[in-house]
Amino acid sequence: MNKKDIGLLILIVVVGAVVATINPRFLLPINLANTSNLIGLFGILSIGQAFVIITGGIELSVGSLIALLGVLFIDLIANHGMPWPLAFMLILVLGGIIGLAHGWLITRLKLQPFVVTLCGLLIYRGIARFYTADGTAGFAFGQNFPTLEFLTAGRTYGIPNSFIALLIIMGVTWVVLHRSVFGRYLYAIGKNEEAARYSGIRTGRMVMAAYVICGVLTALSAIYFAMYTRSISPASHGNFYELYAIAAAVLGGFSLRGGEGSIVGVILGTILLQELQNLVNLLGIPSSLNFAVMGGVILIGVLVDQQWDVFRAKRRLNRATHSAPSI
Amino acid sequence: MTGNGFTATGGVNRAESMPGTIDTSSDARHQAAFLSLHDVRKTYPGVVALDGFSIEIRPGEVIGLVGENGAGKSTLMKILGGVAAPDRGLIRIDGVDHDRLTVENSLQSGIAFVHQELNLFENLDVAANIFLGREPLRGGPLKLVDRAKLREMVLPLLKRVGANFTADTPVSELSLAQQQMVEIAKALSIKARLVILDEPTSSLPLAETEKLLGVIKGLKAEGISVIFISHRLHEVESVADRVIVLRDGMLAGTLASDAINHDQMVKLMIGRALKARTNTSEREAGAVALSAKGIRTAAYPHRTVDLDVLHGEILGLAGLVGSGRTEFARVVFGIDRSLGGELYLDGKRVLLSSSADAVANGIFLVPEDRKLAGILLDFAVAQNISLPNLSAHSANSIISTASENTTAEAQKSNLGIKAPSVKTRVGTLSGGNQQKVVLAKWLAMKPRIMIFDEPTRGIDIGAKAEIYRLMQALADTGVAVLMISSDMEEVIGVSDRVAVMHEGQISGILAKDQLDQENVLLLAVGKSAR
Repeated sequence: MNKKDIGLLILIVVVGAVVATINPRFLLPINLANTSNLIGLFGILSIGQAFVIITGGIELSVGSLIALLGVLFIDLIANHGMPWPLAFMLILVLGGIIGLAHGWLITRLKLQPFVVTLCGLLIYRGIARFYTADGTAGFAFGQNFPTLEFLTAGRTYGIPNSFIALLIIMGVTWVVLHRSVFGRYLYAIGKNEEAARYSGIRTGRMVMAAYVICGVLTALSAIYFAMYTRSISPASHGNFYELYAIAAAVLGGFSLRGGEGSIVGVILGTILLQELQNLVNLLGIPSSLNFAVMGGVILIGVLVDQQWDVFRAKRRLNRATHSAPSI
Repeated sequence: MTGNGFTATGGVNRAESMPGTIDTSSDARHQAAFLSLHDVRKTYPGVVALDGFSIEIRPGEVIGLVGENGAGKSTLMKILGGVAAPDRGLIRIDGVDHDRLTVENSLQSGIAFVHQELNLFENLDVAANIFLGREPLRGGPLKLVDRAKLREMVLPLLKRVGANFTADTPVSELSLAQQQMVEIAKALSIKARLVILDEPTSSLPLAETEKLLGVIKGLKAEGISVIFISHRLHEVESVADRVIVLRDGMLAGTLASDAINHDQMVKLMIGRALKARTNTSEREAGAVALSAKGIRTAAYPHRTVDLDVLHGEILGLAGLVGSGRTEFARVVFGIDRSLGGELYLDGKRVLLSSSADAVANGIFLVPEDRKLAGILLDFAVAQNISLPNLSAHSANSIISTASENTTAEAQKSNLGIKAPSVKTRVGTLSGGNQQKVVLAKWLAMKPRIMIFDEPTRGIDIGAKAEIYRLMQALADTGVAVLMISSDMEEVIGVSDRVAVMHEGQISGILAKDQLDQENVLLLAVGKSAR
């Protein structure tokens, strides 16, 4: 954990303490479980987004993918009788293929990530709505998938399994991003793609891999979301979720220019965002103000962070000029 | 105002103020100079870029300005453009003396530049480019552009440069020569009295060059002065009234119209006797390490490069900036795909589809632009050094920091990298030490072919000497070293052989006994060596 992460953690604790003082329900097990479930769901897709942002890219189609893949998953197991483990794998592979397609368009055909994934956002949402004829995808009465439901929406010792899944994914991706050769390459590419290329790194492949990882993690969270809501209206399911992920990354110290950020940071960002959502509910703030509160906090957070950097740079400069020998 | 005894008019005084002048009359000489520099000196840390330089420019005079890379031409341009302030000396415009010019001074005095890299907005049309920021406006709060008036203003300018395109053509659709005409029209639009053309023909095909030279003559006929900077000496010969030769920041000589010829220019450009070769090694070069056959690059798609680099030699690759050397190196390092041709490594054909392939084959490159391509400024020294070789520092693709640091420490002491620790961010190091980090990352692996692109640009003398020593040591161990350099002293002092490139192909290869400055220069401008 670096200083920024600790600052964010302190902010999370302080906000939590304030909310808990005003409304003690914040600390009720049921509320904590619900919130951590949401942290799990959003955390998984935010980690996916983090891989892409590290390379200096962006993935805007996350929300639409959550709708499309969720609809497909429910349709496969509820209406086509496909065994759920098979459907589960199929959806993950599909997410990976979509990520690969994005990465290919971006690295080989040199399209801008923003454009490629914006088109994805529109296309997948359209297909999802067409697929269900704008209807709602859900399970028939009495349809049960006990194991799947336990794994996705169940709890172990009161802890939502989605949150446990997030912890496992966090552990794995932390090693990948912060300890592996691949992770080092991603940071190098994000910092200076040209220099990475001049060091013999196959930058195109690495960037594509980042989009594939993002696609797979998005697909996984799509299944979790589908099992959480149990019914999906494809016109609204997953709307703006890509922005939650980007916001979490930015709050967690990522630079949208690439090369900066950590797994711990993006998770702390996710936790803060969900805490804010919870705050809006618990403090009786009109839920229509939800986004405004989030936007305001992110803006203030980024401003403080940036001003802090300016302040530190100035201090360093002052120190350097004072300690320099006079000529 | 002339209290320093320096007069702005021609004749005896001028000859005095310009040692080495070979003065004969020219028709421009009857008119007084409207712009003159006197005894201008400009230094940058560690370099004297221009020293004791004087020049007078009269209306309607075409001055050819020649000199090697680094002779002081761009410094002179910067001073005239008001971008750089001279340390000493005087700039006189229309009888008014200035210590330095500001950009506004320069513009108001009618000094216009046409740079080698054109500054046009490709997405706008010709008229919009010429009057950018000075558009005629209709009245009213919206300040709409008066398109009719704009057209009216642009048409005569285009006519004067003999343009064969219309005012509403988007610049992106124009050829390079046409774009230069737009730049010249832009210069005319600010009522330029002096147009400075920096290497305008270096990337033009012959027919277009002729056209541009015609435009220059047209300017002259209108009484507009031109400074024509070019490496193409025959063009200078054909268009200049007077040629000024710069060498090491000093005026090497002036040639009046009837004294302008190719040999004179080359002689003045070289002038000094070069320091003795620093490469005194007696090593014997081995077999062919890298053989390029018919390589074509995007810079000169119709020219081919054929070149052999031997084991245990330093092959200098000389040539003018823009002659296609870097593009060739990028192909050999797998960054760019070649448009044709074959590469052989120790006699075996290799296909390089990426830099990773080149690295796997032991072909390493130290790029020209260190900060852009050589290093990651935000990474630590150790992380920079290990980057191309992470597989050697990892088990099951998990990086061992200890292994990285050990290698980095070894390289740090081996190359004498001055950094507090191998964990220091490279961005905080000096240029020379940054360059050593770039070297270290390759030396930590096993090079077969080492390509250096301008290895000592912008670094201090001490670090330079160490880098030369390292290059010699590499060659001694049998590595094939290819060194691209525009620094004549470096090319001649360090290389075992020198290949010279001219407009996308090798114009000649000089063995040790033919290696002198004149031969390199002759080949670089497309003539044959003596």
